[in-house]
Amino acid sequence: MAIERADIEKLSFLARIDITESTVAATTEGINRVLGLIDQLRAADTQGVAPLAHPLDIVQRLREDEVSETVDREVLQAIAPAVEDGLYLVPKVIE
Amino acid sequence: MHDLTLAEMCRGLARRQFSSAELTRHLLARCAAANPAYNAFITLDEAGALAQAAAADARLAADDAPTLCGVPIAHKDIFCTRGLRTSCGSRMLDSFIAPYDATVVEHLAAAGAVTLGKTNMDEFAMGSSNETSWYGPVKNPWAPDCVPGGSSGGSAAAVAARLVPGATATDTGGSIRQPAALCGITGLKPTYGRVSRWGMIAFASSLDQAGPMARSAEDVALLLQAIAGFDERDSTCLDHPVPDYHAALDQPLDGLRIGVPAEYFDTGLNPGTERAVRDALAEFERQGARLVEVRLPHSDLAVPAYYVIAPAEASANLSRFDGVRYGHRCENPRDLRDLFMRSRAEGFGAEVQRRILIGTYCLSAGYYDAYYHKAQQARRLIRQDFLDAFAQVDLLMGPTCPNPAFAFGAKGGDPVAMYLEDIYTIAANLAGLPALSMPCGLVEGKPVGVQIIGNYFDEARMLNAAHRFQQATDWHRRAPAEVAA
Repeated sequence: MAIERADIEKLSFLARIDITESTVAATTEGINRVLGLIDQLRAADTQGVAPLAHPLDIVQRLREDEVSETVDREVLQAIAPAVEDGLYLVPKVIE
Repeated sequence: MHDLTLAEMCRGLARRQFSSAELTRHLLARCAAANPAYNAFITLDEAGALAQAAAADARLAADDAPTLCGVPIAHKDIFCTRGLRTSCGSRMLDSFIAPYDATVVEHLAAAGAVTLGKTNMDEFAMGSSNETSWYGPVKNPWAPDCVPGGSSGGSAAAVAARLVPGATATDTGGSIRQPAALCGITGLKPTYGRVSRWGMIAFASSLDQAGPMARSAEDVALLLQAIAGFDERDSTCLDHPVPDYHAALDQPLDGLRIGVPAEYFDTGLNPGTERAVRDALAEFERQGARLVEVRLPHSDLAVPAYYVIAPAEASANLSRFDGVRYGHRCENPRDLRDLFMRSRAEGFGAEVQRRILIGTYCLSAGYYDAYYHKAQQARRLIRQDFLDAFAQVDLLMGPTCPNPAFAFGAKGGDPVAMYLEDIYTIAANLAGLPALSMPCGLVEGKPVGVQIIGNYFDEARMLNAAHRFQQATDWHRRAPAEVAA
């Protein structure tokens, strides 16, 4: 199952990664090679086989819904690209 | 001093034959001198290391020394280290100074180890050659025109070149074992859930595992002892008792049943590699083990299933890198969409972008069943093959890699050719089983590794087998010509 340029543009948006004109051909070719590899799965007989999400076939543990962590906003925001008054700055969202 | 094993350094420090400060200064100088040649380190923390060494010497003098007190190590640059750049080999995190220590880092610091720096790696742990790092490729100390393997190429090269006696690393599809094999050292990927992933930058959450690299099974056992164990902060970390890995090392191997998977000795295997691995198996027989041919019939599904599951999980894990809270941010974003799309396009290299796109594709509406669901079904079949094999044998053994170290650029930019280097390592990650690689020969002057796969939480038995092999052979003591004094 090969993909084409239109599919790449859609994937690019879903993944929020800009794909420029200069790289789209190489990106498409690379992805198609990998799809050739993973398409080998189609031939596998998996009739009646339950999917395995956790390698040890168990479920993640849960904990009580109680506050147990503290967040030091100053420390964590010290490494942010753009902050003001404890808020992360981004371009205007609402027109 | 740099030829001493990690265990020998611990003893030497405890007996005050040399100080941690002396040892640390000696290795720091080696690291700095070697970096132009091997590029094993992204960050060297001289000031931090010397401060830690001084503290270690004080504890040694006061007879208050934990097991690894004063021993210099390195951390793969995927582990958060408070106050130090943690780049994950990526432009995306070049500016990221970790605000906390990973659990693995905390445990080794508590054991007294001294961190010299952060080692180079394939970007976001995606690669088998350490060619995708933003900081440039790592060279193999055995053959500097060849790759060291990946993604933990920096840790492997640093240990092989005797820059550090041990280093931390991670393995998602073979990233500890494959570079260990190509660099002639011993590396172990523990059972999934054995070691905490807290503070370890996530690539594929159901596959990633942290583990040690060193020059012997004894040294690996020391490091594993320090990092294994339950951690509340990692919801996938399992509460399973940690044995004394050292106590079991010397057990004789009589009666050990070793399964040899027929599928791992197929036409793709380099003949020199095969000879070296079969010689290793013969040594185990000499020590009283019995070889049993076994089958892992769904082996051919492992690489395709992995290249659906790992990219799918990566696409979710790497969605946090958006230019907002940390990491790379593009200049003058026009709007929110532009902020995300350009920050990520600039921050991630080609291989990372490719895997995110593939993962996004496999999870998208219309393709989820054909790819992701199918891959998870294949995963169960692969796991079942191992469960069936372990009903008959104690350990599985075979080659770690199909070939010794290959030249830079040898895969010609063909992603699939690169992916097939992991053909023998990937299944253990899919099944969550522990697996290690140790050196067993040289082919054209380049190291070859034998892989040992164990049953869940059976690291002690694996290390015992590896240690007994290393007591009777000397492949693990060989050093690259450039390094041997």
